[in-house]
Amino acid sequence: MRRQSRFIISVLAFGYAFLYIPLVSVVVYSFNDSKLATVWGGFSTRWYGELFRNDQILDATFLSLQIAATSATFATILGTMAGLVLVRFGRFRGRTLFSGMITSPLVMPEVITGLSLLLLFVSMQQLFGWPAQRGFSTIMIAHTTFAMAYVAVIVRSRLSAMDESLEEAAMDLGGRPLRVVFDITLPLIAPAMISGWLLAFTLSLDDLVIASFVSGPGSSTLPMYIFSKVKLGVTPDINALASLIILIVSVALLIAWAVMRKNQSR
Amino acid sequence: MGTVTRGDTTWRRISIAVPYLWLFVFFLLPFAIILKISLADPVIAQPPFTPMFDADGGLSISLDNFLFLLTDKLYAVTYLKSVLMAAAATILCLTLGFPMAYGIARSSSSVRSLLLLLIVLPFWISFLLRVYAWMGLLNNYGAINNTLLWLGVIDQPLQLMYTDFAIFIGLTYSYLPFMVLPLYATLERMDMDLIEAAQDLGASRTRAFWDVTWPLARAGVIAGCMLVFIPAMGEYVIPYLLGGPESLLIGRVLFDEFFVNRDWPLASSVAIVLLLLMVVPIVFMQRNQAPELEAPE
Repeated sequence: MRRQSRFIISVLAFGYAFLYIPLVSVVVYSFNDSKLATVWGGFSTRWYGELFRNDQILDATFLSLQIAATSATFATILGTMAGLVLVRFGRFRGRTLFSGMITSPLVMPEVITGLSLLLLFVSMQQLFGWPAQRGFSTIMIAHTTFAMAYVAVIVRSRLSAMDESLEEAAMDLGGRPLRVVFDITLPLIAPAMISGWLLAFTLSLDDLVIASFVSGPGSSTLPMYIFSKVKLGVTPDINALASLIILIVSVALLIAWAVMRKNQSR
Repeated sequence: MGTVTRGDTTWRRISIAVPYLWLFVFFLLPFAIILKISLADPVIAQPPFTPMFDADGGLSISLDNFLFLLTDKLYAVTYLKSVLMAAAATILCLTLGFPMAYGIARSSSSVRSLLLLLIVLPFWISFLLRVYAWMGLLNNYGAINNTLLWLGVIDQPLQLMYTDFAIFIGLTYSYLPFMVLPLYATLERMDMDLIEAAQDLGASRTRAFWDVTWPLARAGVIAGCMLVFIPAMGEYVIPYLLGGPESLLIGRVLFDEFFVNRDWPLASSVAIVLLLLMVVPIVFMQRNQAPELEAPE
């Protein structure tokens, strides 16, 4: 391995410091006893305790997790179908429009996606009376729509990298096409489907803007609740909540990383 | 091609129709509705815009909203400011992200996977909370001001929060991983011997960089810049939380026009113009990526 130049090493150090100092500072301040989040008033874990007594936070977290799990599942099913269609189905009428529609949500600004879906739901309500009220189902549909694009891209790149000969062999041995898909193709792209599901789940948990557009009164997701509080400034209980999320994500990713490394070295 | 589906046309039709219909209804149709509403006039009613066809069945559309956007200086300034802000953040991300990606690509494989993990990790932590973290740092009594005061560099807290500077830092911070990852992907594939060869043949390090590394990394640079620029353009959370009341970016204007002023037609026209501004970079990016993403024929 070549030695890194001093310039590169200093930029790397600066870049990682830039990425992590804000996160570290949130964690440090979450242990601040003072109610004023900016003045240090001694070490305390009381804000963590308050999190679990705050019903609004618990309700919002529960709603967010439900929406994320449901929309990730729908997005994985639809995205996998779309990925298969794009890679294995050859030409069909409307393919260009289809591939355009599947990649566009990836680059669409959130405010536009959110506004357009809300206007759709409002028009649908006028025409068919559905959705009578906005909340779980409308947020779930919105999240499914943009997350399926991510799943489709992941599945598509996995499929294009994959050899078609296994599927062809199964076919030559007399397997019916539908069985070949379920017995050969799906198991082979399962890792891509799992990473797609995880990505869709995270994107849904993370989304504030689209959910704010398409949700109705009474249904606040966790990001919507956090946003309504931090609009007014830094608060100690949100510091605790942020630290908890940082902790959970870091531990989960480190475990995943360690497992992957172990598998690779074997 | 298409071997999997030979003969089983029902299955084939269903797999095409289901995602197709979903996207048609929940992605394409909404744009038609935005376009329709952008041509209406606002009224105090439920919903707050005039119908496209009046009572006699006559077509009633107006370009007033678009004319208003074109003639009102505030909107032109806001669009321009959004473009400039997104461009500035993209340039800073590239300046910082390129050497980082280069360093990661050249490190030994065990260090490399850890460095990559540390780039991806912030992405999995809520976007909103990462912006929030800067609120604590940039505050008048936040960590940055406290440190500077303690060091004696300043004797009055600097006004960092609620400024354009704060938005600029917030954008750069939030989108830096989107720059580093595609750059890393291209730089990692690059043959480092080419640079050495150029240097052996007498090129200076700067010359070797601009003549060899940069052109080879072009695809990654374009992908990274677009992944930063496009979402930064329509950003809502960052200007809202870190910017002051007068530092308006277009994403926030759209949101406020819709929710605060309840002017749905104007909000829709703002969205249409934003979309038009964005078509150029989006098409550019999809062209650039076309060879990688297109299905093999």
